[in-house]
Amino acid sequence: MITNTETGKVELQPEVLEAVVVRFVGDSGDGMQLTGTQFTDTSAMFGNDIATFPNYPSEIRAPQGSLYGVSGFQVHIGSVEVSTPGDDVDLLVAMNPAGLKTNLYAVKPGHTIIVDTDSFTKKNLEKAEYKTNPLEDGSLENYRVIEVAMSSLTKEALKDVEGLDNKSITRSKNMFSLGMIYWMYNRSTDHSVEFFNKKFKSKPELIEANTKVLNAGFYYAETLELIPNSYTISPAKLAAGTYRIIMGNAATAWGLLAAAEKSGLELFLGSYPITPATDILHELVKHKHFGVKAFQAEDEIAGVTSAIGASFAGDLAITTTSGPGLALKGEAIGLAMIIELPLVIINVQRGGPSTGLPTKTEQSDLLQAMYGRNGESPVIVIAASTPGNCFDFAYEAARLALEHMTPVILLTDGYIANGSAPWKIQTVADMPEIKNRKITEVKENWHPYNRDEKTLTRDWAIPGTPGLEHRVGGLEKDSVTGNVSYVPENHEKMTHTRAEKIRLVQNNIPDLKTEFADSGDLLVIGWGGTYGSLHSAVKQINDEGYKKIGLAHFNYINPMPKNTEEVLSRFKKIIVCELNSGQFASILRINHSKFEFFQHNKIQGLPFSNDELIEQFKKLV
Amino acid sequence: METTAVKKYTFKDFTSDQEVRWCPGCDDYVILRSMQKALPEMGIAKENAVFISGIGCSSRFPYYMDTYGMHSIHGRAPGIASGVKLANPDLSVWVMTGDGDSMAIGGNHFIHVLRRNIDLNIVMFNNEIYGLTKGQFSPTSLIGQKTKSSPYGNTQPPFSPGELALGANARFFARIGGNNPKAMTQIFIDAHKFKGTSLVEVLQNCVIFNDGCFANVTDKDVKEDKQIYLEHGKPMIFGKNSDKGLVLKGLKLEVVTIGENGITQEDLLVHNAKEQDKTLHQMLVRLEYPLATGIIRSFEDVTLEEREDYLTAQVKANSKFKKTDDLFFSGETYQVK
Repeated sequence: MITNTETGKVELQPEVLEAVVVRFVGDSGDGMQLTGTQFTDTSAMFGNDIATFPNYPSEIRAPQGSLYGVSGFQVHIGSVEVSTPGDDVDLLVAMNPAGLKTNLYAVKPGHTIIVDTDSFTKKNLEKAEYKTNPLEDGSLENYRVIEVAMSSLTKEALKDVEGLDNKSITRSKNMFSLGMIYWMYNRSTDHSVEFFNKKFKSKPELIEANTKVLNAGFYYAETLELIPNSYTISPAKLAAGTYRIIMGNAATAWGLLAAAEKSGLELFLGSYPITPATDILHELVKHKHFGVKAFQAEDEIAGVTSAIGASFAGDLAITTTSGPGLALKGEAIGLAMIIELPLVIINVQRGGPSTGLPTKTEQSDLLQAMYGRNGESPVIVIAASTPGNCFDFAYEAARLALEHMTPVILLTDGYIANGSAPWKIQTVADMPEIKNRKITEVKENWHPYNRDEKTLTRDWAIPGTPGLEHRVGGLEKDSVTGNVSYVPENHEKMTHTRAEKIRLVQNNIPDLKTEFADSGDLLVIGWGGTYGSLHSAVKQINDEGYKKIGLAHFNYINPMPKNTEEVLSRFKKIIVCELNSGQFASILRINHSKFEFFQHNKIQGLPFSNDELIEQFKKLV
Repeated sequence: METTAVKKYTFKDFTSDQEVRWCPGCDDYVILRSMQKALPEMGIAKENAVFISGIGCSSRFPYYMDTYGMHSIHGRAPGIASGVKLANPDLSVWVMTGDGDSMAIGGNHFIHVLRRNIDLNIVMFNNEIYGLTKGQFSPTSLIGQKTKSSPYGNTQPPFSPGELALGANARFFARIGGNNPKAMTQIFIDAHKFKGTSLVEVLQNCVIFNDGCFANVTDKDVKEDKQIYLEHGKPMIFGKNSDKGLVLKGLKLEVVTIGENGITQEDLLVHNAKEQDKTLHQMLVRLEYPLATGIIRSFEDVTLEEREDYLTAQVKANSKFKKTDDLFFSGETYQVK
């Protein structure tokens, strides 16, 4: 905002900001996810770095106007690196009182709220449990509230468009708010208009309506005196390349597609719908053109067992689930472990225990992934840490499963699975080699449990291969012949061998790296989906002058990287931050007992906030 | 895969080097030998036969076959077998299971595998008891049956496997006595040839925990009078003297004697296993006297693989995506310089 010294008039000069957090909230039916996605895509194409997080109710269509029916979409856009969807909301767009009530906590005083005043009716205020109208009772005086009669303005804008029913008119008011935001952040409406043209190809009246409302919002914001300034966020400095916006679950699915193509295997998915993992199934079923066999089974158990069957027969086999489903799959994963077949199990974690918080995020399945099977049953456990690297770790899960003939559990979570971010597109040619263990040659004295000396992995002899007929099974097997064996010493030997086989995977994974500091006062440790929050907090505290705080984020959990102990020894203090009550910390204590591990834990179904992390770190330095 | 140049096998080619550990006198030996004799007649290469089992006495079966095999976990063989078949449709896939494995812990998979109609075969060893856990009642045990877990008599009414299977839309259902290797061998061959999921229920005597459970219908001296062996296209005749038969009276099957009350062979029902309408098949499955054996239903329907293959071919033909890179660079992308 610049004041003209001659006239004394305030001129509309765009203010340049580094990053901004915008949250759109309304009824489940108000189209908030679409509005958010459109703003995200447009900003990404403008060159901003972005991170998003949708927050929607588990009810499919909750009663209109109710507090629990509020659906939200948050996007963080920046000219600098953005690693989380953001904590404090700079701009809240509330389409109804319930949305305002449930989201006001996130808006810092002095920041902006746009409301649709038409929705602040007596009935809606009651539903949102407001005793008085917050727009009138002064409770919002610490905020900059922009009141817009969005519903009436939308209706007015559409009065000349023919062929529209009332429902379509009401439903397009979200585009009015989008138009306003585009103007405020100096974005073009082109991308969204193009989107309408594609989406409503066969319904020209809807193209016209949405475009009109979008433009109406855009021009309204431009001429409205209530908006005294405009913001702009310059493009961010991302590495050169071709990008697209990708959601974590889609990235996971694509990583698997890439792994199948690279390894020359067919992809088999055995799965059962469960929130928040189902989008991986939704994505993979689309890709029959790549020969993907996606099998929706009758339950979680049939999901994993069909995958085990497909793996036995030579496919790259996957099963996808969330916490409760992982519990059901436990026995079958133990089978895949003892018969030593490659199998990728993807657990998109959600709040537990039991049904828990299906649409919220948590990291509380780590111990289940590590130990949630009968007997001593070690498997590889890895975790993705950003929406984009779900691609890399899905690929990595497939690579490790195939190269080491073992189940691999990949942990993601609702936060990164539903979050989106710019993804620098990787081609299959860029991806690391995958060498599977298939054999076709009949060797003298071959047994199914013959092992490679260096990795202790067995061969993969698949049905249909002449001369290699053999039986596998869940009973303990003789270490040489593979026949059923109850010999005590053999059982101990096989138990140790299976554990050692997983430990040796250390030779096939990268070292643990530290960021911000290689050594010093405090090492912040995290794993999986909290990377964005931890990275952002450690960066901020470094910017504040605390230069001896480092971050070590784990993607490889079982086994851990070889240099883990050495990294831990370089710092005076260590704090392990997790969205559970200390599961990774307990694993670290078992494996590295000479260190003291402080903990920071949160179990609210929400990601860490920057402030809480920084406060914790400051206590320790 | 049916190949023309398949080596001529004998039962020995399908016999593994493992010592068979079932109780002496168990019908499971009969099932094993019948299968080993049936396989050479199926015209498949040995490496293309796969046996998948769950848990229970029946489920030791794969260890004794010199083929590919997996002894898996309790009740889950249908899921594993489905995965094997969908991964490689050229394989002849067999699920070896029991009444506890398939109808109790694995009941859900049992009905769904039948519903889907994947081209695989299920042999269910029904002995109306849990053998491996040593004598508890199973979902097919009779009311009043005294077992280790029902010392005063079983109070849980049983399933009829055939009724359950037909209710789940099984396209192929056969029933055979565990002491009838000749017919059993032929049924296994027919089950293999059948395109779709086939279910063979073997009435299998457990010599230790439920000895004689089917004796009243399967014993040598009574079986011809107590069983009717159904063959497609043939009249429904049974009895030592082949003088008994079945007719439809109202909504019930009735036993008649040829030569009495003017009944001739022409009056008898002719078995049509291939009929889509399963009404009569269900009546035959339910019949207690005589007990229906042989192939009761064999209705060829579209398989899951055929539906999937059809869709896949269509999608492939119409898709612009040949490689994953085509997908990754499709739609909205943007350049950062």
